[in-house]
Amino acid sequence: MLQDKDRIFTNLYGFESPGLDAAKKRGDWDGTKDIIAKGQDWIIDEAKKSELRGRGGAGFPSGLKWSFMPKQRPEGQPAFLVVNADESEPGTCKDREIMRHDPHKLVEGCLIVGFAMRATAAYIYIRGEFYAEAVALQKAIDEAYDAGLVGKNASGSGYDFDVYLHRGAGAYICGEETALLESLEGKKGQPRLKPPFPAMAGLYGCPTTVTNVETVAVAPTIMRRGGEWFASLGRPKNTGTKIFCISGHVNKPCNVEEEMGIPLKELIERHAGGVRGGWDNLLAVIPGGSSVPCIPKEICDDVLMDFDSLREVRSGLGTAAVIVMDKSTDIVRAIWRLSKFYKHESCGQCTPCREGTGWMMRMMGRMIEGNATIQEIDMLLEVTTQVEGHTICALGDAAAWPIQGLIRHFRPEMERRIHAYRGSAAVAAE
Amino acid sequence: MSLARGRPSAPEHQPASFAFTEENLAEAKATIAKYPAGRQQSAVMPLLYIVQRQMGWVPVAAMDVVADMLEMPRVGVYEVATFYTMYNLEPVGEYLIQVCTTTPCMLRDSDGIADACINHLGIGWEETTPDGKFTLKEVECLGACANAPMVQINDDFYEDLTPQTMVGLLEALARGETVKPGPQNGRHSSEPEGGPTTLKGGA
Repeated sequence: MLQDKDRIFTNLYGFESPGLDAAKKRGDWDGTKDIIAKGQDWIIDEAKKSELRGRGGAGFPSGLKWSFMPKQRPEGQPAFLVVNADESEPGTCKDREIMRHDPHKLVEGCLIVGFAMRATAAYIYIRGEFYAEAVALQKAIDEAYDAGLVGKNASGSGYDFDVYLHRGAGAYICGEETALLESLEGKKGQPRLKPPFPAMAGLYGCPTTVTNVETVAVAPTIMRRGGEWFASLGRPKNTGTKIFCISGHVNKPCNVEEEMGIPLKELIERHAGGVRGGWDNLLAVIPGGSSVPCIPKEICDDVLMDFDSLREVRSGLGTAAVIVMDKSTDIVRAIWRLSKFYKHESCGQCTPCREGTGWMMRMMGRMIEGNATIQEIDMLLEVTTQVEGHTICALGDAAAWPIQGLIRHFRPEMERRIHAYRGSAAVAAE
Repeated sequence: MSLARGRPSAPEHQPASFAFTEENLAEAKATIAKYPAGRQQSAVMPLLYIVQRQMGWVPVAAMDVVADMLEMPRVGVYEVATFYTMYNLEPVGEYLIQVCTTTPCMLRDSDGIADACINHLGIGWEETTPDGKFTLKEVECLGACANAPMVQINDDFYEDLTPQTMVGLLEALARGETVKPGPQNGRHSSEPEGGPTTLKGGA
C-alpha cells in the first residue's frame, strides 16, 4: 500500500485550507524558480523519466506529449497550455477534489508544464457545473498573482506566464480536446478533424497542448522529488500514484490516491469498505469510467489497476473511475443508461454517432425487458462496430465499448431475458 | 434531440430588449479582456452567464446584445446558447433542482431521489411549481460520483442523499432556509464514510 509520504494530494479531502499559506506548508511553490532555472529540456526529461502517462483517459506519455510543442515560433505568436478540467466522464470525480481542495498544485503545475512547453499562458477549462470549484480555483489563481507566483516574472523566474479560468456550460463533448478548443473560441463544442494537431494549430490557430488536471497537478511534485521517485511506484510504463474514484455498490464510496497497479480487489476492500454484501456478491466492475467495457467478477478477482493490465483484459484504466455493481444490479439497464448518456451528449456532427447513439439506446432499451430476438444481439454488436472508429472523435467509440463489454460478458443474461419475454408473450397469446 | 439541445422560449414570452446593469457591463468588459485582442468571441459563454445571473434565464434580446458587443454574428450566439445545456432558454423557478440519474447515481438509488422530488413537488421533469419556487430537471453525470446520489440546486451540490433527506431539503428551501451544500449524511467530502483510510496523520 502507498505510504502517506508518497502521496501527492495531501489535502485530497479538504480537511485543511486550500489557501496559499496552507498549500505552501504542504510543499507547494517550494523552489519553483529553481525548477524553472533548470530549463525546458530538464523538465521534459524528468517527466519522461517518471514515465507519467496522461490522467485524462488515453494514457499517452506526458513528457513526449509536452515535447511536441514547437521550440521556435514566429515573432509574437503565442502558445498555450490548455488544462482540461471538463471532468464529465460518468464515475469520475477526482479533478474536482484537486480544484477545490488542492488548487495550488494545479496552478503551480500550469506554470511548470506551461514553461516546459514554451507556452505563454494557460487556460483552464472547467465544466460549468463545478461552480464552487471554479470559485476555489479562481481564488488560488488570484492568490498566486498577488504573491507574484504567476504573471509577469512568474515566481521570480524571469518568465512571464498568465493563468486564466474559463467555465464551460454543460457539454460532455467539450472534454474532447478539439471540441474544448472550439468552445474556448466561443463556438459550439464540435470536434475538429486532426491533423492539424493542436500542438501545431490549436487555440486561435496557435501551438497548443491540452492536458488533464491531474497530469498537470502532479508535475511540480515529480520535479521536486525527481522522475525516478515517481517511476519507482507502480510497474514499468504504469508508474506513479493515481487518484481512484470508487462509486456504486461498495460500502464506502470514496476517492483515494493509491499506487498505480494496486489490485482492484485490494483497492475496493481496503479503501471502499468492500463490495456491498461481500466480494462474492460482486457482479461486475466498470474500471475506468463509463467509456470502458465492464469486466465480470472472475476478472476482477485478480486484475491490477493500471493501463496495460486492464488493456490485457480488453477494458481500460481510462480515468480510473471504478464503478462497482453487485449482484442486485440490472446490468442491462445499467449499460442502457450509459447509452442514454452518450445519445444525450453526441454533438451531432458525425452521422454514425448522431444516428448510432440513438439507435443503440433504443435497442438497449428493448434488451432490458428482452423484447428482441437473439439475432438482434448480433445486429447490435455489428452496429457498435459500425459506429466505432467511424467518427471524428472518440465519443462514438465510447458509446460502442460499454455495449460490446456487455455482450462479451453477459450475453447469456441478455438471451435469458429474450427467451423469458418471448415465452411469456407466447403464453399471453394462447 | 442532440442537434437542437434547447429551443428559445416562444416569442410572446421574450422581452423586447435587454441591457446589462452598469455593474454587469463592467464585469463583461473585464471578461472580454481575459482573451487576446481580436479573440473577443471567446467571451461569449461567460457573457451569457452574466446575462443568466441578471435575468435568471437567457432571452433572445440578450443574445443579440452579446453578439453586437462581441462583434460576432447573432446566429453564432444562438448556436452557443442552444448547444450548452446550462443556459436556461426560458424562465426557471427560484430553485433549479437538477437530479443526476446517470449510472453511478442510478446504482445508489437516484430513482428514489427522482421519485421523491416528483412526488413531493407534484411536477414532472422540465416543469416549474405553480408558485414559481421550484423547477425540476433530469441531468447527466455531474461529477460527484463518490458522493452519489446527488442533485445540484442552483450553484450548489447536495450529496449522499436519501429520499428522506431529499424531501427534507426541499421543505427547508420552501421555508426560505439555506441548507449547507455537500454531503447530507455527515461526511466531510469524498473520504470513506466514517473516516479516511489514508492521510490520517495530517499532511
